[in-house]
Amino acid sequence: MNSKIRRILAIVFFTLITLLFLDFTGTIHTWFGWMAKIQFLPALLALNVCVVVGLVLLTLLMGRIYCSVICPLGVFQDIVSWIAGKTKKNRFSYSKPLSWLRYAMLAIFVVAMVAGVGSLVALLAPYSAYGRMVSNLVSPLYLWCNNLFAGWAEQAGSYAFYSTEVWIKGGATLIVAVVTLVTLVVLAWRNGRTYCNTICPVGTVLGFFSRFSWLKPVIDTQKCNSCGLCARNCKAACIDSKNHAIDYSRCVVCLDCVDKCKKGAIKYVPRKKAVAKSSSAQVDNGRRAFMTATAIATTVGVSQAQKKKLDGGLAAVSRQQKPLRETPIVPPGALSARNFAQHCTACQLCVQACPNQVLRPSTDMMKLMQPEASYERGYCRPECTKCSEVCPAGAIRPIDRAEKSSIQIGHAVWVEKNCVVNTDGVSCGNCARHCPTGAIQMVPKDANDPKSPKIPAINTERCIGCGACENLCPSRPFSAIYVEGHEVHREI
Amino acid sequence: MNKIEKDGMNRRGFLKKLGAGVVATSALYGCSSETKQQTNAASGTTKELGEMTYRTSLTGDKVSLLGYGCMRFPMKKGDDGKEYVDQETVNELIDYAIEHGVNYFDTSPVYLQGQSESATGIALKRHPRDKYFVATKMSNFGHSSFENSKKMYEQSFKELQVDYIDYYLLHSIGGSMDDFNNRFINNGVLDFLIKEREAGRIRNLGWSFHGQQEVFDYVLNMDVKWDFVQIQMNYADWRHASGRNVNAEYLYQELEKRGVPVVIMEPLLGGRLSRLSDHLVGRFKQRRPNESVASWAFRFAGHWPGVLCALSGMTYKEHLIDNVKTFSPLEYLSDDELDFLEDTAQLMLQYPTIPCNDCKYCMPCPYGIDIPAILLHYNKCVNEGNVPKDSQDPNYREARRAFLVGYDRSVPKLRQASHCIGCGKCIHDKHCPQRINIPAQLKRIDEFVEKLKQETL
Repeated sequence: MNSKIRRILAIVFFTLITLLFLDFTGTIHTWFGWMAKIQFLPALLALNVCVVVGLVLLTLLMGRIYCSVICPLGVFQDIVSWIAGKTKKNRFSYSKPLSWLRYAMLAIFVVAMVAGVGSLVALLAPYSAYGRMVSNLVSPLYLWCNNLFAGWAEQAGSYAFYSTEVWIKGGATLIVAVVTLVTLVVLAWRNGRTYCNTICPVGTVLGFFSRFSWLKPVIDTQKCNSCGLCARNCKAACIDSKNHAIDYSRCVVCLDCVDKCKKGAIKYVPRKKAVAKSSSAQVDNGRRAFMTATAIATTVGVSQAQKKKLDGGLAAVSRQQKPLRETPIVPPGALSARNFAQHCTACQLCVQACPNQVLRPSTDMMKLMQPEASYERGYCRPECTKCSEVCPAGAIRPIDRAEKSSIQIGHAVWVEKNCVVNTDGVSCGNCARHCPTGAIQMVPKDANDPKSPKIPAINTERCIGCGACENLCPSRPFSAIYVEGHEVHREI
Repeated sequence: MNKIEKDGMNRRGFLKKLGAGVVATSALYGCSSETKQQTNAASGTTKELGEMTYRTSLTGDKVSLLGYGCMRFPMKKGDDGKEYVDQETVNELIDYAIEHGVNYFDTSPVYLQGQSESATGIALKRHPRDKYFVATKMSNFGHSSFENSKKMYEQSFKELQVDYIDYYLLHSIGGSMDDFNNRFINNGVLDFLIKEREAGRIRNLGWSFHGQQEVFDYVLNMDVKWDFVQIQMNYADWRHASGRNVNAEYLYQELEKRGVPVVIMEPLLGGRLSRLSDHLVGRFKQRRPNESVASWAFRFAGHWPGVLCALSGMTYKEHLIDNVKTFSPLEYLSDDELDFLEDTAQLMLQYPTIPCNDCKYCMPCPYGIDIPAILLHYNKCVNEGNVPKDSQDPNYREARRAFLVGYDRSVPKLRQASHCIGCGKCIHDKHCPQRINIPAQLKRIDEFVEKLKQETL
């Protein structure tokens, strides 16, 4: 393992994980969905013992390599820090560990998790923070680009691209993403991995193990001339060159120090093993790869593809407004609102993956940014199980189509005064026609007059809460039939 | 408009190949019968552009066999987001048409959301009154009181800026006898119009027909002198009229027997006869590689001697140029070609398209559905082989994608068939001239889309 391999791996992980958040067609998930599932916190929340044990073993073997290869937020900070280093060389210096802050943050995190304050957990979780930044800030650019291509494809009579909706799914989440981005860029620009070694709970936990790792960078005191170059290039600020000591709980194994040392005094070697071979100077081939990744991260905005002109004689139709739901709806596979809140790290992967524009981040303070379902733009279609496929944290358990058709996530409620039977005096039945479980039947409004206009009668036992009725109801601005969520999902 | 533009591609593409040479021709109306030769060096095709073919009406009018239908004028979006007639382009189109001998213009108070008459009037006003014949209609659907009808009639003069109307029609009769009686007999509107003809403000009185044979026979045999009758006629409807419509062969022969001149509408079925499947296009091109697919339909329309005029709703200049070419002069069909068109009509029956001609009579839908866009998308997919029968079809995956992606492109989600509540306003208020059971068709398409999406086909 040298820094070149480390950088290439980091770029591969970083690029593909970023694409997981951008690709709305689900193609990348088929191949690289596992990259989200090996993230530490989601795996821990999903009780994915194999992954958690594997990551701990990896750390015991190689140190916090997780932080500089697998964690997209870590690699993101490295990229920022690398760009900052272009103008100012040798800008870091050793600092004493802020242990009290690290452990305090970890304690707060654990308490928040136990107490079920999902919003705080989500705020501190590193992978989710990255997911929010990409889904809120980069994704719109990506989608606009796609829509531009779709416009061209349409002109060329090709179906290779199709356009998709771009909309702000949650204002609060957008603000959090912007604040996170600004904070991280400032911290990484000035001091490298400050976030990872003071705030990040995953970094603190892995730090416990990395102290005892088998492979680690070791300073050969025979060769070291105490020039301090390693310390001034350590973005984790963990090399105390005067005392020839490295704080392995903070070292993220970037191996920059190994490269920088002119005397070849630092080696990434097994514990207690002195190796005398000197390393030759290396050309930084990884730089080009970094450039590529940076280019992806800073894609320039492109104007939205032209909307189709409508023909004359069309009545104006407005979009439905979101009804006030007593209980929010969480997607099928979530088991219950509580299970969902406890596991979700609010990474926005499912929000990005939802092809029906159903999922969006919640605005409730206790579970801020955790997704919830609403049906103004589309409904939870029977053939789709995307969110359950992508969720890395076990908040939405994997389900198949058959299971989905029998999971009751809510039930439909009829609002008599909004129904077009009453407002427009026409018969409709669109809700009944589109109910995938046949839970709605149309019955004459007047029991004594079989010819009177028909109104929907909902069999809540058969209703699964998919929202087809709500979404396709002609009533505006509020649907005449809407779904109330269930706190605990049921099998029907 | 975009749809029409896209679908008109075949003809436009073809015309581009022919070259723009066709454009530059001098005024032919009233000129000598001298013919001009135009050669396109690129394609090597030669087309003699001669004089427009004319027919004579009962009142002695010399009417161009190609008439201009003013129902499909180009539109553009105004500042308020609504669609308005693109008057500048309309003026150019009509100038070109008159310059090339077209002299019959057919409009109605209800076309283009009520904008057609005034747009036609503005464009025609720029030409001498004796250079053109204008036709408009009593479109008193829904509101058929005498007062309302009379108002509509008087308004037409103002909109068209004329003091006499050359051809006046009872608009679209044939829905039912009741409908006819209510709109024209019980309220005295027909008597009124006959008096107007006597007074010279209407020069020719006739009617347009869609629908039941009973009404056609009854009205034709009434004790009224009909100067002309307008029917839907083309090689598909000749013997294979769709739904409850009457075969054009019968209608035409009844009219010819009585010596009543026939004006033809939908000779191209709103473009459907030029948007054929590749197989059928290939057959046409085999026989006449340098002629458009549409030209066959127009030659069929003009072929019959009892026809006074065949209307074409020409949105684009290219359509106009191509049609002028077809009729200048008309080349009659041979018996072999007539048989070939009948063969084609039979082959077309194998493609289960919905007979929508995009006339937009059904619009606007109160719930915002874009009915013609949905039906046209479906037809496009039928013709392109993108309506899979089941998931075992060899091209199932491509067809499914083309249908679903194309559906979202052609029709915004909120205007798709899934939002149709089946209120029936589209077929009750103003009946569909093609007798399409719109709610049933939308339901069928919606169910098909559901099956495609859920992959349960």
